[in-house]
Amino acid sequence: MAEDKSVAVEARGITKSFGQGVAALRALDNVSVLVRENEFFTLLGPSGCGKTTLLRLIAGFEFPTYGAILLHGQDIARLPPFRRPVNTVFQSYALFPHLTVAQNVAFGLQMLGRPRAETAARVTAMLRLVQMETLANRRTDQISGGQAQRVALARALAPAPKVLLLDEPLSALDYKLRKEMQIELKRMQNETGVTFIFVTHDQEEALTMSDRLAVMSAGRILQVGTPREIYEHPADRFVANFIGETNFLQGEIQASGEGSAEVRLDLGVTLKATLPRGGLPRGRTTVVVRPEHAVLGPAGADTGLSGILENIVYSGVDTQFHVRLASGGLFLVRAQNSHGAPAQLPGEPVVVTIQDGAAQVVGD
Amino acid sequence: MEPSAIPALEAAVDAPRVAEHAARRDLTGRWLLSAPAMIIIFFAAIGPLFVMLAYSFMAKGDYGDVKLGEFSLDGWFSVFLQRDIFDDTVTLADAHLSIFWRSLKLSLVTTLVTLILGFPTAYFIATRPLRSRDVWLFLITIPFWTNLLIRTFAMQQVIRNEGILNSLLIATGIIDQPLQIMFTDTAILLGMVYVYLPLMVLPLYASMEKLDFRLVEAGYDLYAGRLGVLRRIIIPLVRPGIVAGSILVFIPSLGAYVIPRVLGGGKTMMLGNLIELQFGGGRNWPLGAAISITLMILVMVALLFYVRNASRLGAQHG
Repeated sequence: MAEDKSVAVEARGITKSFGQGVAALRALDNVSVLVRENEFFTLLGPSGCGKTTLLRLIAGFEFPTYGAILLHGQDIARLPPFRRPVNTVFQSYALFPHLTVAQNVAFGLQMLGRPRAETAARVTAMLRLVQMETLANRRTDQISGGQAQRVALARALAPAPKVLLLDEPLSALDYKLRKEMQIELKRMQNETGVTFIFVTHDQEEALTMSDRLAVMSAGRILQVGTPREIYEHPADRFVANFIGETNFLQGEIQASGEGSAEVRLDLGVTLKATLPRGGLPRGRTTVVVRPEHAVLGPAGADTGLSGILENIVYSGVDTQFHVRLASGGLFLVRAQNSHGAPAQLPGEPVVVTIQDGAAQVVGD
Repeated sequence: MEPSAIPALEAAVDAPRVAEHAARRDLTGRWLLSAPAMIIIFFAAIGPLFVMLAYSFMAKGDYGDVKLGEFSLDGWFSVFLQRDIFDDTVTLADAHLSIFWRSLKLSLVTTLVTLILGFPTAYFIATRPLRSRDVWLFLITIPFWTNLLIRTFAMQQVIRNEGILNSLLIATGIIDQPLQIMFTDTAILLGMVYVYLPLMVLPLYASMEKLDFRLVEAGYDLYAGRLGVLRRIIIPLVRPGIVAGSILVFIPSLGAYVIPRVLGGGKTMMLGNLIELQFGGGRNWPLGAAISITLMILVMVALLFYVRNASRLGAQHG
């Protein structure tokens, strides 16, 4: 179980301000997070949320205004980057242009003063890991973006860091290459057993790759959990909105029981919704429903939300139905494509039925 | 239908050729743009150079000038050699050799000192916020606004026996006799470092400004300390600036004329002064021309060595 693993990195009450006095910009506000050993941990959030700042604090390029960063229990917050057994894969790759591919990979080992033979063997092994052996003597401006990405990875992994930090490393790659590298990265993490801390603004990337992820916004961590927990039980409105597509419905909690509640929606329908861990909102509330957890049916059924089918968007593997509800809001339903055209046509009245347990109460 | 389709097809085939023609005509036009500069360079620099070359192979005139058309190797002979007036024995011209040596030495030391002083300065400016960089660059270039002669005389006011430096040192009791700096090699060195420092800082800054500081971060991340990052990352990457700055300082240093004249007095001549002497009081134009061309060859050889050496060192790193 993941819970049994020991802690690799712990951030304790990290606050980071840039600038002084009234002009100070608070990039991180009392952030605490635990990253476990051998974990693929992702910091996910929109740009400017502080995720890269947190990564740079762990790497040692910035120092926290307040708080401690513990690496295997030892506070490293004040150490310069070259004294931390942590390596970074930069967003821009930052390969040394005056060195060859192999020399780039060897750099860290040379700086650590490792014997020549050991360095050479390690460089070969790393280049094999990232499948770049044949291009070892190329200059860095003679390789493609995807190859540069692999070299950056090999260079950061060569000194066998305890933790590998990855700052949006896939953002410069095209879609297909990005998909390939996602799988590659996961494979390398499994093979090397190194703890990965991965920063991205791409929620799909975060969901597919991470063991656990932290969703950040405006310098705070909003929720930490496995991709499934985050997707199916978002802690608040921001997380629900940021991760995947979501329908928001307003309503009132009528009765609450163990982990779930009866919510009477403003649209007149009562449904059973899961409550978030911990907090139990009273009175007015927001319920979120994922598009794939709702089913479209012909008008007439009285258990669902009635509306008019406005638009059908076919996207290969599934189809999205835009339903204009009686309240005026738009409700998104997603259905896997099977044979044949959908039964409903745009303009027809339809009923949206929400699957049992699919609705989730969120805080604002 | 068909007849009209064919010319259209031909036009399509011709399109790249038309574009090529247009581009070529455009290129010819651009050559013309540089013609005025080319003409000036030819008549003001390359032309006279040939005149100098011709003069160096002619006999010297009695009151300066040369005897036109009268071939003689005396000028070239006297660059490094001298013939005894009495017994006609040929010996090395010690005076000329020591001047060559002093010029070379002072130029090399000047280049080295400006590099050592200029490197941290350029790094400092390149790491300032964008807006304050312009202010720093402006401060560096301020000396250019003043005439070289005036700056050199100002330097003289600082280092002469009754000057600011000596008065200060005596007033504070560090020394009781003024330091004799004027009319020494040290004075020339001080003057040249002062005058040529901006020529080192500017190209260094230009290449440091282009330096991707994320590479410096990557170096720190990969366990390079401050010295390691400087040696293994910054210096190799700003090498073009180091080469350019060194060339810009070394060449004018070797031919320096005003600074050694004012700060070195008559005692410590440099090549520039020796050449001036031959065309002036020495009345030996062929010798002056020969020394000038020797100086030019010296600069070219030094440059060739330096550039090749620098690129080889660069290749070693990358």
